Amino acid sequence: MSNEIKPRFYGLVAEFDDDRQLVRAGRAAREFGYTKMDAYTPFPVHGIDEAIGIPRSPLGWIVAVVGTIGLAAATGLVYYAGVISYPLVIGGKPLFAVEFAVPPMFEVTILFSAFAAVIGMFALNGLPQYYHPIFNFSNFERVTDDSFLLAIEATDPLFDPDESAKLMASMGAKKTELVEA
Amino acid sequence: MANLIISEHDRQEVNPQLVLGNPTYHSITKQVSAIIEGPTPKKWWIAIGVTAMITGILGLMLSYLVARGIGVWGNNRPVYWGWDITNFVFWIGIGHAGTLISAILFLFRQKWRTSINRAAEAMTLFAVACAAIYPVFHTGRPWRAAYWLLPIPNTDLTMWQNFRSPLIWDVFAVSTYATVSALFWFVGLVPDLATIRDRATNKIRKMVYGALALGWRGSARNWRHYELAYLILAGISTPLVLSVHSVVSFDFATSVIPGWHTTIFPPYFVAGAIFSGFAMVMTLMIVARWALSLENLITIKHLENMNKVILATGTVVGYAYATEFFVAWYSGNPYERFTFLNRMFGPYWWAYWTMVSCNVISPQFFWFKKLRTSVPFMFVMSFFVNIGMWFERFVIIATSLHRDFLPSSWGYFTPSPVDMLTFFGTFGLFLTLFLLFIRFVPMIAISEVKGVVAAQNHAGHGHHELTESHK
Repeated sequence: MSNEIKPRFYGLVAEFDDDRQLVRAGRAAREFGYTKMDAYTPFPVHGIDEAIGIPRSPLGWIVAVVGTIGLAAATGLVYYAGVISYPLVIGGKPLFAVEFAVPPMFEVTILFSAFAAVIGMFALNGLPQYYHPIFNFSNFERVTDDSFLLAIEATDPLFDPDESAKLMASMGAKKTELVEA
Repeated sequence: MANLIISEHDRQEVNPQLVLGNPTYHSITKQVSAIIEGPTPKKWWIAIGVTAMITGILGLMLSYLVARGIGVWGNNRPVYWGWDITNFVFWIGIGHAGTLISAILFLFRQKWRTSINRAAEAMTLFAVACAAIYPVFHTGRPWRAAYWLLPIPNTDLTMWQNFRSPLIWDVFAVSTYATVSALFWFVGLVPDLATIRDRATNKIRKMVYGALALGWRGSARNWRHYELAYLILAGISTPLVLSVHSVVSFDFATSVIPGWHTTIFPPYFVAGAIFSGFAMVMTLMIVARWALSLENLITIKHLENMNKVILATGTVVGYAYATEFFVAWYSGNPYERFTFLNRMFGPYWWAYWTMVSCNVISPQFFWFKKLRTSVPFMFVMSFFVNIGMWFERFVIIATSLHRDFLPSSWGYFTPSPVDMLTFFGTFGLFLTLFLLFIRFVPMIAISEVKGVVAAQNHAGHGHHELTESHK
């Protein structure tokens, strides 16, 4: 059967009981030479990023740029409203001054930054996403509960279902499974 | 040299166990999810029945206000700011605890925040919703409030807000605060919504929580962006939460009214806001902890830490009262001096002394460990603090306005029944929203608590690890 329909695989998924085991397995897999890996955990596990070689998030730059746009937008708004569109002298005060523009400038910077952080985070993660191959893992429901998964993806040049499974089993995986894409 | 002996007691003091009863990850998931998944308890129906009725009173009062005009409130010459702004500041102040817990304590790596941050953030959102009622409805025509409050180009007024006015700063500060708090809250919720999704046995729950979880799968690549987003949100929410009540205080401080025109207002208001917010978190958490048997997650240590924050901020508030008085005297300004003496001994003396006894005296009991770890005592104290903080706003607003520069225009403010019932009704709205939250949203940050448990377990095993690697 497998000769006629060649199923595409997402990769080999190994299940662990403990976050430390997961990090150790991740490190071992990386030392073995795997580069295309991901882990699935109920909470952010510290050390897994370096263990499986995930680069730093560029989110900070996005937030800095969008926050600056927010600052400019607020300054522009206060200036446009007070000086160009509706100039009105009140209490002999200037039509525009940084002093009274500071609160809107500050708040709008924060507002834009927050949206950038949240929307940027979801966009970088490709969320919302309806389907992902990892959902095919037989015990996926436990990932958001108490299970720790390490996936060696089929696109990895060194990927070999049997060998990957052997390596994971030697690192203490309680279950390994070839997951379809 | 003397040997340093670290006892188990010292260890507990430095690094207290924040989740009791040796839980597993699964037991935490089960315990928190059970609140949502179990059958609706009868007491929940009774509670929400009562609070919904009180919310109904709010609806009636606001409809009456729109139909008749804002004359149904007690504000009148010379006290044009009455209960409306008092209640607005009261609710906004309560809303400060949530972001303080979720943002500032996060930056300070206070792990104890994880058991209470979700509920405190929810409480923030609901308190801000209650506060927002006042600026929107004091316009008398709430359907036009958007044009008046927000800089939206429109053909209704064909004019812009006056950005020299602190009132528009307030609109920016409060609306930003509400939005950012909601975003922060939602980001924190996503992994837990995924937990509920994956546990769901019925179809509707799976669909609703599945949609809200946005396909979260706990991938390490996702967590890395997620954690940075969380850190950034905490970083920008910290100055935000401090700015909100500072800007609220500008409404007063930038005026020339004696008793308002002081530079101490921003820090004094912020301390008061945190003080009242923590007291409200305390009130709600004690009830929730008891009703839902969460004693192992919200431990005495959590409550004690909150009491320490109440003690610290309450002391700052007391110090601010003293500074205000000293400066009023030291300034040599007769109007300032009169205003402060009038607060103490004038027609509103009862409000002033209620404020002082609730805000200055009651938190000082928390110097005693026995009292700050006694649940009934802190429950009572949290009420006192909230009463005191409401009176603080009332004292600031009413006593400064009712007797200003010209004795011929002096007066006295009495709230109308509509004022009172509207305020009563906001409590109904606040509690109704909180009850809905408890029933439908994981009220404890499941994934964050698991992180704490992981750290706790590893700390326990740390010694063995160390010896192993030395071999």
